[in-house]
Amino acid sequence: MPEPTLVVRGGSVVGPAGLARADVAVAGVDIVAVAASIDAPTGALVLDATGCLVGPGLVDLHTHLRQPGREEAETIETGARAAALGGFTAIVAMPNTEPPIDSAGVASEVLALGLGCMAEVSVAGAITVGRAGQALAPLAELAALGVALFTDDGAGVQDGALMRRALDYAKGLGVTLAQHCEDAGLAAGGAMHEGDWSSRLGIPGMPAAAEEAMVARDIALSRLTGAPVHFLHMSTAGSVDLIRRAKEEGLAVTAEAAPHHMLLTHALVAGYDPVFKVNPPLRTDEDVAAVIAGLCDGTIDAIATDHAPHAPESKDLPFNEAPPGMLGLQTALPIAWEVLSPRIGPERIFALLSTQPAVIAKLTSTDPHGAGHSAQGGPVEAGAPANLCVFDPGATTVVDPAGLASRSRNTPYAGRTFAGAVRHTVLRGEPVVIDATAQR
Amino acid sequence: MTGTQHLLSVADLGPQGIAEVLHVAEAFAEVERRSMPKVPTLRGKVVATLFFEESTRTRLSFETAAKRLSADVLSLAVASSSVKKGESLRDTVETVEAMGIDAIIIRHSSAGAPHQVARWVERAHVVNAGDGWHEHPTQALLDCFTVRQVLAERKGAAPDELGISCFEDLRVLIVGDVRHSRVARSEVLAYTALGAHVTLAAPGSLLPPSLEGWPVEVATDLDTALADADVVSLLRLQAERGSGSFVPSLREYTAGWGLTARRAERLADHAIVTHPGPMVRGVEIASDVADLPCTVVTQQVANGIAVRMAILFLLLGGELPGIAEVPAVA
Amino acid sequence: MAERERSHTRPLGGVFVAHSQVLTSSDVLRALTRMAHEVVERNGGVDDVVLVGLQTGGVPLATKMAEILRQIEAVDTLAVGSLDVAFYRDDIGLRPVLPEAVTDIPVDLAGKVVVLVDDVLFTGRTIRAALNALNDFGRAKSIQLAVMVDRGHRELPIRPDFVGKNLPTRREEMVDVGEDGVWIGSLEDK
Repeated sequence: MPEPTLVVRGGSVVGPAGLARADVAVAGVDIVAVAASIDAPTGALVLDATGCLVGPGLVDLHTHLRQPGREEAETIETGARAAALGGFTAIVAMPNTEPPIDSAGVASEVLALGLGCMAEVSVAGAITVGRAGQALAPLAELAALGVALFTDDGAGVQDGALMRRALDYAKGLGVTLAQHCEDAGLAAGGAMHEGDWSSRLGIPGMPAAAEEAMVARDIALSRLTGAPVHFLHMSTAGSVDLIRRAKEEGLAVTAEAAPHHMLLTHALVAGYDPVFKVNPPLRTDEDVAAVIAGLCDGTIDAIATDHAPHAPESKDLPFNEAPPGMLGLQTALPIAWEVLSPRIGPERIFALLSTQPAVIAKLTSTDPHGAGHSAQGGPVEAGAPANLCVFDPGATTVVDPAGLASRSRNTPYAGRTFAGAVRHTVLRGEPVVIDATAQR
Repeated sequence: MTGTQHLLSVADLGPQGIAEVLHVAEAFAEVERRSMPKVPTLRGKVVATLFFEESTRTRLSFETAAKRLSADVLSLAVASSSVKKGESLRDTVETVEAMGIDAIIIRHSSAGAPHQVARWVERAHVVNAGDGWHEHPTQALLDCFTVRQVLAERKGAAPDELGISCFEDLRVLIVGDVRHSRVARSEVLAYTALGAHVTLAAPGSLLPPSLEGWPVEVATDLDTALADADVVSLLRLQAERGSGSFVPSLREYTAGWGLTARRAERLADHAIVTHPGPMVRGVEIASDVADLPCTVVTQQVANGIAVRMAILFLLLGGELPGIAEVPAVA
Repeated sequence: MAERERSHTRPLGGVFVAHSQVLTSSDVLRALTRMAHEVVERNGGVDDVVLVGLQTGGVPLATKMAEILRQIEAVDTLAVGSLDVAFYRDDIGLRPVLPEAVTDIPVDLAGKVVVLVDDVLFTGRTIRAALNALNDFGRAKSIQLAVMVDRGHRELPIRPDFVGKNLPTRREEMVDVGEDGVWIGSLEDK
């Protein structure tokens, strides 16, 4: 065994079957040993993981890095730093940048900018040119760069025929199309969930049906074409039910949910603070309960942050005019822990935040995009790349917008405290976060 | 009293607050009747009107109210076409406040804009002159004031003697585009706070998506509801807010929901008809019905100034009972 | 009730607790009668005289004085008005103030002799506000001031023309003129 350069000592390693008290030894970029007690040679860095869970680095299927085009809100570098502080070692950048990631040129630029950042940056391509929903983007050209996931996120593909064609084409390429389910006609003009709060507050609403209509359509299209469909940010009880039945039928569908849809409801819009404006919107208590149930029973495969930074001046607009979106990278694991640990074990929580997203995004083998990328999603075992998230359930996360690594401040959790905090993050053997502090 | 008071929603006032506003408005109505209808009460204060939606009538009403109180008036009629989308409302407001403004009267197409403005200002008082579909508090207050005035005239009493007891069990029927109407929301809150019974009548597509928690009934038959009503509040079909496409045609709307001459005959003798204006004769109200003595639109307009004077006086010179302070953002 | 000074107005309010009586109700009536005669003497009759009672304490006094004047001058009518000075106060914004009651000036005051009637004269600020208000109802030929009690502590150069009783007081005391006479007391919290 090569000499360890880094030892993560005293924690409980999260494996697919459960927890095991073990130290983890890292040499270079790989894990070299996972054993009950490992001596650290002099010169090796020791990270104290007493009382902590040591799991695979988290993987975010759904991050908005805003670069190119809106660097005042976030850059790839600042987004990756926020990710690392949140325990993520890999993030998938959404294509709704300016210009959008609908060509090899922009995809290459983003991948290049992502090299050497504090988390591995992969890229999702757009399904249609300009995300305009009219013509297919060059999916094959992008796939050749290693892009495995495609979406017009920010909008759904409205034209059923076009979506069907895209699925047929994608199936042949072995890539997965992901849908932001929003029927533009039904949702038009809406700024929050349509229901008793929107009626009271006088804000135009987006009914749950706007999401569910497209979920139902794309499930039917998956059945028709045999192509896999991944459903982004599921937010309604109806959507969760549709996914559950589709899975029972054996269709190739996967789904994700965002932390805010596990926790927050539309009642928070009462103060008209645009920090609570998001798409899909915050919904009802029943919807939140259904999302949680879906995460617990396997209907929803992954937690994805939908981290959506917006510069303060844009969130200072009147509610109807402000852009939707919330930060999420640094609070995802604490929220998941707080909401789900009473119901499911830590191995299932890490599966939702690391292993399963890695599978959906096809990041489980080394170098999916070429140099600088490693296999993500665990398991934490000798021979695997050292991508680790060390989480202390006994600590607390206090959310201070000014203290976040993001360039933006639009977190809906300002001033809140969550049980549990990320202590260390290791990226390809390098400790990028030690004691909740970024090392670069 | 610490913190700054604002008038953002009728709900903030409660019955006591509404009673106080009506009482003070009565005194200003007397001022209005003088040959020199001006008092020095707010001399040296500066009131700014920020109207992001064009509305000559309401803006003039507020400006007249401020001038009658001897306040200085700054008028920023920022019609939506001249404001770049994305131009920061916050910047505009902070600039205006830096000029030493005591009150900001704001009308905006987005619900909640006055609430956001109230969080950004440090000392100016914010008055909601209409925010999107949400509320139009002073309109509801002047409607209540007008109704009380009419009821008092009929009894031969002074309105102040009636207090707010005259609203107890009053049957109010609100007809029209409730879904998109800020006047409707404010009226529901005001009338129910005062103990009246409110019924809504509208085509299904013009009711709010959810009436959960609304202390109202919904009329299934407009003609019966009209006969039962003490007060009928007619709403305008809000074409500029897109409500035109919610009904097949204006003709169908009028046939089903307009206060035609035939329907007006079903009104009780004592019924009062209000309308926030501007009336579209022939659509929600027939032209001759608009001129009937029971239709009190011109009184509403005149009373609007007295009620707005009362609001400005209470916010800048006194204290509005029951108003919760809006905490400033960090 | 007693004074209109800032600490005593609605909605803060308070309860007046009487300590000692200064004038009985008959004393008050006698003083009012004497003042009425002084008004007649000063103005050579009651032609063009309009009484304006300040809300709320001055109004019953003005009404009573008008009755007396009608008797002694044998006239059928004498114009009486009431005035609430809430909107003319100089401490608006410092203290919550609400109008108490009706302002009703039934005649144009141009060319008239206005006799302002109030119960207690204290700092003079209420009278100053009343002078401003009266200006808006027409240019009076002259304005005279009749008060039942002058308790001193003037803050402005205001002086009464007709006084029921001069009553030196301490600043923190309160004076109440009512149906049962004139009392000195204090203001307690409700």
